[in-house]
Amino acid sequence: MSSLSDFELSRRGMMVGTAIATTIPSLADAASPASIAETHTASVSFEVNGEPRQLELDARTTLLDALREHLHLTGTKKGCDHGQCGACTVIVDGRRINSCLTLAVMHEGAKVTTIEGLGAPGHLHPMQAAFVKHDGYQCGYCTPGQICSAVAVLDEIKAGIPSHVTADLMGAIEPTNMEMRERMSGNICRCGAYSNIAEAMAEVAGERA
Amino acid sequence: MRPFTYERATSAGDAAARVARTPGAKFIAGGTNLLDLMKIEVETPAHLIDVNGLGLDRIEPTAEGGLRIGALVRNTDLAADKRVRRDYALLSRALVAGASGQLRNKATTAGNLLQRTRCPYFYDTNQPCNKRQPGSGCAAIGGYSRPLGVIGVSEACIATHPSDMAIAMRALDALVETVRADGSIRTIPIVDLHTLPGTTPHIETTLGKGEFITAVTLPRPIDGTHIYHKVRDRASYAFALVSVGAIVRKDGGGRIAIGGIAPKPWRVEAAEAEMPRGAKAVASRLLAGATPTRENAFKLTLVERTLDAVLAQARA
Repeated sequence: MSSLSDFELSRRGMMVGTAIATTIPSLADAASPASIAETHTASVSFEVNGEPRQLELDARTTLLDALREHLHLTGTKKGCDHGQCGACTVIVDGRRINSCLTLAVMHEGAKVTTIEGLGAPGHLHPMQAAFVKHDGYQCGYCTPGQICSAVAVLDEIKAGIPSHVTADLMGAIEPTNMEMRERMSGNICRCGAYSNIAEAMAEVAGERA
Repeated sequence: MRPFTYERATSAGDAAARVARTPGAKFIAGGTNLLDLMKIEVETPAHLIDVNGLGLDRIEPTAEGGLRIGALVRNTDLAADKRVRRDYALLSRALVAGASGQLRNKATTAGNLLQRTRCPYFYDTNQPCNKRQPGSGCAAIGGYSRPLGVIGVSEACIATHPSDMAIAMRALDALVETVRADGSIRTIPIVDLHTLPGTTPHIETTLGKGEFITAVTLPRPIDGTHIYHKVRDRASYAFALVSVGAIVRKDGGGRIAIGGIAPKPWRVEAAEAEMPRGAKAVASRLLAGATPTRENAFKLTLVERTLDAVLAQARA
């Protein structure tokens, strides 16, 4: 748990500590030598937001936990931890994925982009700026995943990847409201900011067209 | 999640041999289903062999005029492949009807075929489930069975196979290529890949210990209107209550496979002969011998109505 020492005892630090206690099952019986012996580590090297990173991890560590607990990139959020809510969405080698449903060690050599890599205060990514402008969030918890997903969705449309609502499989795909809504169905927003998210995406898609 | 050891496979044959000889070993590819189940300890592999580096990610034409799809081709890439969109629209449509964009980017062709049921009792380790724990009983029969199977099921298990892609693959008569633990290869017609539960619902496929899927081959394209119609509780990102994968020729004949109702893609070739006579005739042949529960008997009507919509769309 050395990663904890890097954090100040702040509200965020407390929350991260709580998250670790509830998500790493071996912690509860860490005193038992048998369970320590059972833990297996593996190493992985990948690039996160343009920086090379090398980690020695319990093989069970998901990409999400590696980003949050080991690299301290807490912008990516843990929601359901089962690929249902999309809060953990990051972009790996140009594709959006649920970082909770993949092991970090499976990504040797990968290029990972998180919300921190898209933009930051002062130099926002156009999608981040559009979310602010169109009020594409309320509590904000799902927002990093929504934005990573939204950025990748526009790339998918541009690349001609069809969706369930694409009328003509062989034609060019227009970035319509229906396309945005269908493609964003893997990102749940409990506050219900969906219509504003679709408007933010439409604005960015329009600018790029 | 239980601890496990991890290694990256160096070849398909080596991976098959290692899984066969290592107790508790499993392959991991996309991992979207396996990790989900490992977190709740429905799956508890002691060793994972990561097959992502094997390079089985190409779609190539076959000498017979079909397509050979590598086992690791992601669902997104398969749905977006120009040849698939043009010649196997049913497959493209079925793929994009399944899961979410994030999951399709990770999920693989072989993994999609081998995904486990979404029966709520299979996921709930506090409940009996013959598939998860042989001999423990089936909580779904007499329980919440609305999303579950109506045909091909048994008194031991009424789970459905959740795949949309497999429905299209079944209608297209795809062939599954494998390598076995002894290094030999074989081809399994997709109809023979998945088994019915009978008294052994924990056995879901005819694959041997360590047997590894390397590719799925599609025969030559089939003429006709390709339609995949999925009926579900939400407009997107939900499993099918009923889905119909169809290829309908101009003369009204063709092929039909049904999802959401059975432990494997449900296709009855004899029922296809009834296609020119309409949905009712097809449905009665397709669903002969169905044993629905009180909660899911609506699926019998829903199959007929969805078929009717599909045949009408093909005529339009």
